[in-house]
Amino acid sequence: MRAQVGGGEVYCYTGTRPIDPSRPSVVFVHGAANDHSVFALQSRYFAHHGRNVLAVDLPGHGRSAGAPLDSVEAIADWIPQLLDATGIREAALAGHSLGALVALEAASRFPSRISRIALLGPAVPMTVSEALLDAARADDHVAFELIAGWSHSAGKQLGGNPVPGMWMMGTALRLMERSRPGALHVDLRACNDYANGIAAAAAVRCPGLLIVGARDLMAPPKAVQGLVDALAEKRVVTLPDCGHAMMAEQPDAVLDALAAFL
Amino acid sequence: MTRPKTHRFDTLSLHAGAKPDPATGARATPIHQSASFVFPDADHAAALFNMERAGHVYSRISNPTCAVLEERVAALEGGVGAIATASGQAALHLAIATIMGAGAHIVASRALYGGSHNLLDYTLPRFGIETTFVDPRDIDAWRAAIRPETRLLFGETLGNPGLDVLDVPRVAELAHEHGLPLLVDSTFTTPWLMRPFDHGADLVFHSATKYLSGHGVVIGGVLVDAGTFDWDGPAARGKFPTLTEPYRGFHDMVFAEESTTAAFLLRARREGIRDFGACMAPATAWQILQGIETLPVRMQRHVENARRILAYLATQPLVAAVRYPERPDHPDHALAQRLLPRGCGAVFSFDLAATREQGRRFIESLRIFSHLANVGDAKSLVIHPASTTHFRVSAQDLARAGITEGTIRLSIGLEDPDDLIEDLSRALHAAGKA
Repeated sequence: MRAQVGGGEVYCYTGTRPIDPSRPSVVFVHGAANDHSVFALQSRYFAHHGRNVLAVDLPGHGRSAGAPLDSVEAIADWIPQLLDATGIREAALAGHSLGALVALEAASRFPSRISRIALLGPAVPMTVSEALLDAARADDHVAFELIAGWSHSAGKQLGGNPVPGMWMMGTALRLMERSRPGALHVDLRACNDYANGIAAAAAVRCPGLLIVGARDLMAPPKAVQGLVDALAEKRVVTLPDCGHAMMAEQPDAVLDALAAFL
Repeated sequence: MTRPKTHRFDTLSLHAGAKPDPATGARATPIHQSASFVFPDADHAAALFNMERAGHVYSRISNPTCAVLEERVAALEGGVGAIATASGQAALHLAIATIMGAGAHIVASRALYGGSHNLLDYTLPRFGIETTFVDPRDIDAWRAAIRPETRLLFGETLGNPGLDVLDVPRVAELAHEHGLPLLVDSTFTTPWLMRPFDHGADLVFHSATKYLSGHGVVIGGVLVDAGTFDWDGPAARGKFPTLTEPYRGFHDMVFAEESTTAAFLLRARREGIRDFGACMAPATAWQILQGIETLPVRMQRHVENARRILAYLATQPLVAAVRYPERPDHPDHALAQRLLPRGCGAVFSFDLAATREQGRRFIESLRIFSHLANVGDAKSLVIHPASTTHFRVSAQDLARAGITEGTIRLSIGLEDPDDLIEDLSRALHAAGKA
C-alpha cells in the first residue's frame, strides 16, 4: 500500500492484505540501503496470521519518495506519522540493524504507540568503520561489497540459502545496488552517530526481544550487552552460526523468535 | 583501503551452494531422490505453501539437490538466483513465458541454435508471440525491430554456428533504453569465459547439457536472473503485468513488490515451473554439479585444444574458411578481445572446399571425433549443420547465418590435441581422394 507520510509518498508491503484497525499490527523497519523485501518471509507470515503488517520502505528507499532521514531520532519521530497515516493506533516494531535502533528510540519516545519491540542485529554503539563510511560517502561499489561480506557468516558466504535456488550474497549486493546515491552513507552515518541507545533502552517500558547473530561482524554480540542490561523487560535469542543478515541466513529461526514474542 | 574478501570463481565452482550433509556428514552433495518432503506440522505445511517459510514441498517446484546447482550457477554468473530446468529449451521457454503472453513480440539474433530458432519462428507464433530476427552485429537493425509490444531482446554470447559475438553491452543498453530486458544464451561460453551480467544482460540461460555438465551424459538447463532489471521502473512500467500486477494464481501476489530483486524468479518458480512442469531431475542436477566442479580447468583445456586445431586447419588446402573470433579475419575479432579475453570457446565451424560427397567422406573418416548432435562434451564431436541441426532453417536464413553446404561444425574435447590433428588429417586426406 501507499500512504502520504509527512508530505511524502511511502510504500508499505502488507502481505497483500488490507489494513484492519481492529487487528494488532506489526511494523517492520529495514536496515541501511535495504527495503521491505528483507523481511519478505517474516512479514508475509504475520500478514497471514491475524496481524496488520507494514513492512515499510523508509523515505528515500525502495519505492518510497523523498530523501533518507538523517538520524535514528528523525526516523523514530517519523514512525508515529506512519501509524497515523495508515490508521493504526498502536503497533509492535521489528527493526533490523539501523531499523533496530529506530525501534529502540521510537519505543522510548512514544510508549503509547509502541507495544513491543523486536531488535534484530542491534548494537550500541553501532560503530561503522571509517573505511566503510568513506566508501559509502563516495558511492563506491566497494561499500556494498564490504557490507555483503561482513553481513554474512563465513559458511553462508558459500551459500546454502534456505530459499531454494537463491544466492544470498548476490541478492544482498543487488538490493544495495538499487539504493539511491548517497542513501547508504546517510544510513550508516545515522547508525554511527546514534548515541542515545543505552538511555533509550532504560526508558523503554514495553517488552523487548533481541535477536543476536553469534557470528555477526556488523553488530557484534558483545555490543548488545549494554542494551540487555538497560532494558527492563527483555528476551534474548542468540542464533548460532548466524551473521548480521539473519533474515536471509536463518529465516525460520528469526520467524520462530518473532512469532513467540509478538 | 579495506578490500572486500569474496570467494573466487574456482572456489565457487566447487563449493557454492553446497555444504557437507548435516544428517550424514557426506561431503558430496547428496542426490535427494524424493518426490516430496515431510512437513513437521500442519502450520508449517501451510506456511511453506504460502511462502511464509523457506523450504521444499514437491520436487517439481524445488528440490535440495537442484537447489545446490541453482545456487552454484547463480554464484558463478553473479546473479541473485536460478532455476534448473529439464533442458536448455525449457529454460528459454520459461524465460519467455514468465514475462509475456499472446500479443507480445521478441527481437532475437538471427544466429541462434536451431532449436531456439524453431521455438521462436515456428512454435511461439501459435501462442501469439512473434519474433523478429536481426543480424546480431547490426545495432540499428535491433533498434528498428523494437515495437511497442516488444518485451524481450535475445541473443547468444557466441552465435551458432558462425560464432558471431553478441555485443552484450550495446544490445543491453539499447534494451534498457526501451525498458526491455536482454536475455542471453551463454551455453557456448559458460561463466568462465564471459559473465553476461557484468556487461549489462538481465537474464542468462544455459543448456547445461553442454559445458556445465561437460560429459554429454544429461539433458538440463539453468535460467539465471541478474536481479538488476526494474520491472516496475519508469522505462518498463506497464510492460510486464505478470510481475507488477496481482496474480490470481497466488493469492493476488504482486511479485515485484514481494521481492525487489527476484520478482522474475518468483513468478518463474511459482507459475512457470509449477504449471508447465519442465523441472530438472535431482540425479541430473547432481551430474551437472560434478561437471561444474571442474569447469575452470576443463574450459581452459577446451580453449587451448581449440586453438591448436584452428591453427592446423587454417593451413589445409581443402579448408576454404575457418571461423573463430580470435582470428584477425573474423568480423568480431576486436569485440571478442574485449568481451572474451580468455577465449571464444571450443565450438567452431569451418568450410570445406569440397563437394557434398567429399564432406560426407570427411565426417565418416573421422575416428576420434564422434558424429552426433551435441557440443560441449569432453569428447570431440563433429556435425554437418545444413543437414542436421539447421535442417529446418530456410536456405535464405542459412546463408544469413553463414552456413554453407560445406560447413562442418566441430566441438573440441579434452583429448590430446596431437591425436585430434592426426584424426582430422586422415579425414581430410580421405575427403581429398573422394
